[in-house]
Amino acid sequence: MVSSSAIEQPILRAEGLGMRFGGFTALNGVSVAFPEGQLTAIIGPNGAGKSTFFNLLSGAFAPSAGRIFFRGRDITGTPQHRFARLGIAKSFQITNVFPQLTALENVRFAIQCMSQRFNIWTPRHRYTEMSARAAELLEMVGLDRHYHRLTMNLAHGEQRALEIAVALACDPALLLLDEPTAGMSPEETTAMMGLITRLASERTVILVEHKMKLVMGISNRLIVLHHGELLAEGTPEEVRANDEVRRVYLGQGNH
Amino acid sequence: MNLANPQDELTVSGRRLAWLVSGMARHRVVAVLGFLLVFPFLLPYEALAVNILIYGLYALGFNMVFGYMGVLSFGHAAFFGLGSYATGIAIVHYGVPWLPALALGVILAGLGAAVIGGLAIRTRGIYFAMVTLALSQCVYYLVYQLEDLSGGENGLRGVDVYDLNIPGLDLSLIDPLTKYYFVFAFVALAVWLFSRILASPFGAVLEAIRENENRARACGIDVATSKWLAFVISGLFCGLAGALNAIHLTIVPIESLHYHTSGLAVMMALLGGMGTFFGPFVGALTFLMLEDVITVITVHWQLFVGGLFVFFILFFPRGIWGTLLHWMSR
Repeated sequence: MVSSSAIEQPILRAEGLGMRFGGFTALNGVSVAFPEGQLTAIIGPNGAGKSTFFNLLSGAFAPSAGRIFFRGRDITGTPQHRFARLGIAKSFQITNVFPQLTALENVRFAIQCMSQRFNIWTPRHRYTEMSARAAELLEMVGLDRHYHRLTMNLAHGEQRALEIAVALACDPALLLLDEPTAGMSPEETTAMMGLITRLASERTVILVEHKMKLVMGISNRLIVLHHGELLAEGTPEEVRANDEVRRVYLGQGNH
Repeated sequence: MNLANPQDELTVSGRRLAWLVSGMARHRVVAVLGFLLVFPFLLPYEALAVNILIYGLYALGFNMVFGYMGVLSFGHAAFFGLGSYATGIAIVHYGVPWLPALALGVILAGLGAAVIGGLAIRTRGIYFAMVTLALSQCVYYLVYQLEDLSGGENGLRGVDVYDLNIPGLDLSLIDPLTKYYFVFAFVALAVWLFSRILASPFGAVLEAIRENENRARACGIDVATSKWLAFVISGLFCGLAGALNAIHLTIVPIESLHYHTSGLAVMMALLGGMGTFFGPFVGALTFLMLEDVITVITVHWQLFVGGLFVFFILFFPRGIWGTLLHWMSR
């Protein structure tokens, strides 16, 4: 089942990851290695534990059991704010940006946070190179016409794209995306999938997606979760051919 | 495409007086200081003007945490009071010259903020307000008990700095206008520093924490440490206000440390406009002027000020200055 490239050192590795909320086990003993440079999609029906798994990988919660390794280094329980400097960035399932700032200011802020967190002295308008870099990132996600618009006035799809630009600000080796197309129109979804494919050519991307069809074409690898456990993993072809996966997805209706 | 980042506190996009608003925002230090420079000539007597300067500075320092970072502290009296007492005690008991005494006041207030902030920063919202309130009351009772040093209930008397002893200048604080400009010099320095901090990357961190703590954290911000640092800086400004107040009043009343003084900062910042640069001064001006005018008519002046406060919270939550800015830039 394991494809050849996974034999190299994986960029991220989960070992027996488990999460309990009170008496409810959301995730149970999931061990997965994410190979460097590949686009891996985590899929599964509602309640499969995708979001929990994502939140553990991205450090939003500490796991109840198991460990997480980033490039061989144990990062279990590392505070959230250290992730950006490690080179791990994420986008949230529900759009999470600064609504009162312009698109450019949002990205600028994220860039500034990489080097100038406790500088109380230098006027920030002097960092022109940060503004230029922010503009570049906005252009990359297709928001070059909206530099100075307040984020709250942007369309939903644009806000999602902005969030990705913000995540890219730390030039992450690993980009984690939680349902990047949630709530998007078909046009927006197509544009977002194109963007993700482009991003994946330069860095490792792990994304969570509810709709299997969307990620089949663009992913190198798929991880299928069901009832909080690892159901299958492999290339899209291998997963598509897997009987259990077919049963789970067909049982849930046509996705 | 112009990528310059205007360091305005408002994003100015409208017509009408937007040019004025953006101009004031761009040159906020000049605008504030220009006003304060001519201010004593607009008032019937200078002592009130000095009060407004000092409490304006106090509310300004408080506003860093409250207005810009969005965290309500109810213990800032501790920093105002510690600044006052440290300066006062240094002058009265140890004969320290006024300038190092002022510095001592600022430093002790900063240390107080470091300790109180360090303990309170783990809590959020109303709990943060309550913990800071409780800790500041601890400071109050501690100073109250240290009667030999602090004068206890009667306050610390005899903080007499009349002659500034600046070589080449014959300045005496007995002249009210000289005293005003003496205090003004420190307030001017503080206002400039404050503006500089707001315009810095750390200033952006403060506002990011207020707008969206989770996003700030995902951007790599250590939210707890940043909050603590802002709290300490805020304490330094409030300490300077307290230290100046000791020299202004020539006594340090024990009420400086009382939670009533903490409440003053909240009221002044809210009344003037939280999160605006000039708001705290407008709030201090309104509050102290009303107190001054209404006490002539009735001893129940607080009833009127309280009524006005409720009126603004309900109908103009942006405060006086915030509402004005909003109207002008619409």
